[in-house]
Amino acid sequence: MIDPASIPQLNKHFRLQWEEAQDCYVLLYPEGMVKLNESAGLILSYVDGVKTVANIIAELTERFPQVDSIASDIEEFMATASAQRWVAFS
Amino acid sequence: MASLPAVSPPLWLLAELTYRCPLQCPYCSNPVELASAGTELSTDDWFRVLQQARQMGAAQLGFSGGEPLVRQDLELLVAEARRLGFYSNLITSGVGLTSDRVGSLREAGLDHIQISFQSTDSDISELLSGSRKAFAHKLAMAEAVKSAGYPMVLNFVLHRHNIDQIEQIIDLSHALGADYLELANAQYHGWALLNRDELMPSREQLKRAEKTTNAWREAHPDDMRLFFVVPDYYEERPKPCMNGWAKMFLAIAPDGLALPCHSARSLPLEFPNVRDQDIAAIWNESPAFNAYRGFDWMQEPCRSCPEKEQDFGGCRCQAFALTGDASQPDPVCTKSDQRSQVDAALTAANCHNATSASMQYRTWSASQSIIASTQ
Ligand code: SF4
Ligand code: SF4
Repeated sequence: MIDPASIPQLNKHFRLQWEEAQDCYVLLYPEGMVKLNESAGLILSYVDGVKTVANIIAELTERFPQVDSIASDIEEFMATASAQRWVAFS
Repeated sequence: MASLPAVSPPLWLLAELTYRCPLQCPYCSNPVELASAGTELSTDDWFRVLQQARQMGAAQLGFSGGEPLVRQDLELLVAEARRLGFYSNLITSGVGLTSDRVGSLREAGLDHIQISFQSTDSDISELLSGSRKAFAHKLAMAEAVKSAGYPMVLNFVLHRHNIDQIEQIIDLSHALGADYLELANAQYHGWALLNRDELMPSREQLKRAEKTTNAWREAHPDDMRLFFVVPDYYEERPKPCMNGWAKMFLAIAPDGLALPCHSARSLPLEFPNVRDQDIAAIWNESPAFNAYRGFDWMQEPCRSCPEKEQDFGGCRCQAFALTGDASQPDPVCTKSDQRSQVDAALTAANCHNATSASMQYRTWSASQSIIASTQ
């Protein structure tokens, strides 16, 4: 389980970038690139090493009030991102 | 209004800056005809290539060679790549790398340096036997790369003469603090194909190396990541070479030749040159880039094979090198009627006692005599 008070930070070996040609966010790392789906890209773009998981949930809930599974989507994504070592938590 | 491109854009750009190299690795994947290449592209040529490729959507960029560090304009190219938004990787033997250069490349915006440890490096045996003396430079460079904050990726090309030292290779890489370690068996193109019978490990050797790698992974689940690449001859299906011909990968050779794969120079096609055409025209319209796109070019058994969307019929260069016809299935495939060629090479690797004595080293003069003998 991801602690809502923890602060996710992008692994310093990864770079998140919007790619016009692919119309999505990608994560770039040594000799590799992951294409992110819309929600993954959006969530990661909120990860700045300052906001907690709870902050991110609150901001995205405010921005997309009509989506009701947002909190669980974010938690689920954080677990994946951590397993993939895209983000670390402090 | 933008219309959809007819083909998917090149996402990866490999900039082979030069064929010059201080080393002579017999498993080098550079073409054996490298001495016939034309003059190297200028800095401005490369700027144009970077801009055009980036505009088409390329995001990953590799600077390789030869040894890319011999290009004195490398820092300029890196800076331009950074400005354009590329993620740039430098693939180097580390020969010619200094702490100053590690720093200046970092400042220019390089994202990653991969150091390849070459077995013809006179220091390798000392490295593997644990002597730090002669290896001091390479170790110091690995440490400089690490402390400059780069992700550290080390690469060892495996073959029958070093694969049994895999424990030492893993331990040394771990001690250096590597984040990723690539244990990649030589792929048999270019010089490596010429030396295949001397380089191919036996099945026993391979099994043992894979077992050691897996055991290390299990014992260190959250540590350095290991990538192990087997020689595709030992597989029953070919690899999805380049993820499909001219689908996402674009290589530019030192003299400006545009290739869908860095080995493709060996194929009997007319490849376009970035000196004459822009990248968009090359990628979208040139006959060479369209030669093996999609599935229409295939012969049987690929044409009606249910697996063709997974492996695209394998590697065109390997098909050409082993069968003389680039539109054949990659003979690694057990459905290919030319699989016997691959099996014969494996039989040779598993019974004959190869020695490094008859190895052909990658030198300019060896390349010239190969060109002369084929003319
Ligand atoms: S494989 Fe060896 S010879 Fe070939 S470019 Fe790399 S360092 Fe040079
Ligand atoms: S027959 Fe062709 S498409 Fe089918 S698995 Fe073999 S190489 Fe791949």
